[in-house]
Amino acid sequence: MSLPQPEQLIANMAKALTPFAQQDDVVMIGIHTGGAWVAKQLHEQLNLSSELGLLDISFYRDDFSQNGLHPKVKGSQLPDIENKTIILVDDVIMSGRTIRAAMNELFDYGRPEKIILACLLDVGHRELPIQADVVGDKIERPVNQRIKLSGPTPLTLTTVNLEK
Amino acid sequence: MDPSQIQLNKEGRLKHFLTTEGLSKEILSEIIDTANSFISTQERSVKTVPLLRGKTVVNLFFENSTRTRSTFELAAKRLSANILNLDIASSATSKGETLMDTLWNLESMYSDMFVVRHADSGAAHFIAQHVTPNVAVINAGDGRHAHPTQAMLDMLTIHREKSGFENLSVAIVGDILHSRVARSQIYALKTLGCHDVRVIGPNTLIPKDIESLGVRAFNNMKSGLKGVDVVIMLRLQKERMQTALLPSESEYYRLYGLNTEKLAYANHDAIVMHPGPINRGVEIESAVADGPQSVILKQVSNGIPMRMAVMAMAMGGQNQEQALLEQDQEGAK
Repeated sequence: MSLPQPEQLIANMAKALTPFAQQDDVVMIGIHTGGAWVAKQLHEQLNLSSELGLLDISFYRDDFSQNGLHPKVKGSQLPDIENKTIILVDDVIMSGRTIRAAMNELFDYGRPEKIILACLLDVGHRELPIQADVVGDKIERPVNQRIKLSGPTPLTLTTVNLEK
Repeated sequence: MDPSQIQLNKEGRLKHFLTTEGLSKEILSEIIDTANSFISTQERSVKTVPLLRGKTVVNLFFENSTRTRSTFELAAKRLSANILNLDIASSATSKGETLMDTLWNLESMYSDMFVVRHADSGAAHFIAQHVTPNVAVINAGDGRHAHPTQAMLDMLTIHREKSGFENLSVAIVGDILHSRVARSQIYALKTLGCHDVRVIGPNTLIPKDIESLGVRAFNNMKSGLKGVDVVIMLRLQKERMQTALLPSESEYYRLYGLNTEKLAYANHDAIVMHPGPINRGVEIESAVADGPQSVILKQVSNGIPMRMAVMAMAMGGQNQEQALLEQDQEGAK
């Protein structure tokens, strides 16, 4: 089964996000690394005037005990998020654990008014009660497959099979 | 065993931090980059991150040090760890308990990390080799041997002020002989690619074999400071000065004390560093310590993210090693 083109998915997302983008006090934040690439394109297409934020969740991951600290932590760079409407952007949503970590980190920076979650691709297999408000597309895949976004230019989706 | 190797787990990642000697450029750079990322968390209203939640860190100080102990304590708290401060000098060991008994007691309280400061060289290595394998050990200064977190916070400061090490000239001035900080700095600077490292001081305070570390020794400030980008002043360690290595403090200040006049030998944009506590008028003039080229207080600020980085990396490496050991045991069954 072929994977969709990221450009098309981003166009779908931009269309669905247009009503949110017209509100005041909107801040877009991309999750490092894939989410940040998607967010950069959305930020341009939606013509957002506020600064684009970058969130690196390395210090908030729940698998630190198994895997240790990621060797290439970037550090988050966020604009003021107090009372803002956040459009949180990630590439592929699966278990929901990344989003949980991201929301925990966001609340250590301030108290946003609202968080909207936008993901390029939803592949199911959720382990937490977290759903995206906007998705580029939904596809079903076996649990031992991962879909990986490479980039930033060009953005491409590839399938990775995990060893059993 | 190569002393640097007990610091690494099977995957080559840090599990203890005992010395900068023998660690690769990749590991030292990873420490600096990780600390740099922690700096951004220190500017938020909520300064804690949840990495070491539920872990117990014991500050094991056999030798007093207010600043080092407090920055380790703050770093542990900002990683959400629980911290126990043990001032050993005034506790069990003075009642006759042996070091090993003290350690076994602490292990029995399910500690996850020991931060060790000791007057004897090699104390942290000894503890790392003899504690149960799941405890990470951080050296907070052992005798004349090493003070790796101080050296790395200095590397972080240089990296942020000067970006990159290859083209820098760095001079370390003062009591090199008694300084664990100088040793750790020299190893770190050389590994990070700094070609021109100099030590400046009277012959009595410079170890005879120092040039084997790839540094140049100078006995006077004018030639030693010429064209340097970084001047690191060391404290004159009066408490370690048991023999008459110096004629007098005033003589020392006249020859090696850093004042505005001597600082002018260095490059005009050179930065001045000092690991503290500073002895004003003994090794450094107030006008320099408080002047525009001084980054001494930035070093103090950088101490917290650097210690957070080292603690998080060592704890991560220990956890990873334990997970691998469990896998091996299951595989063997």
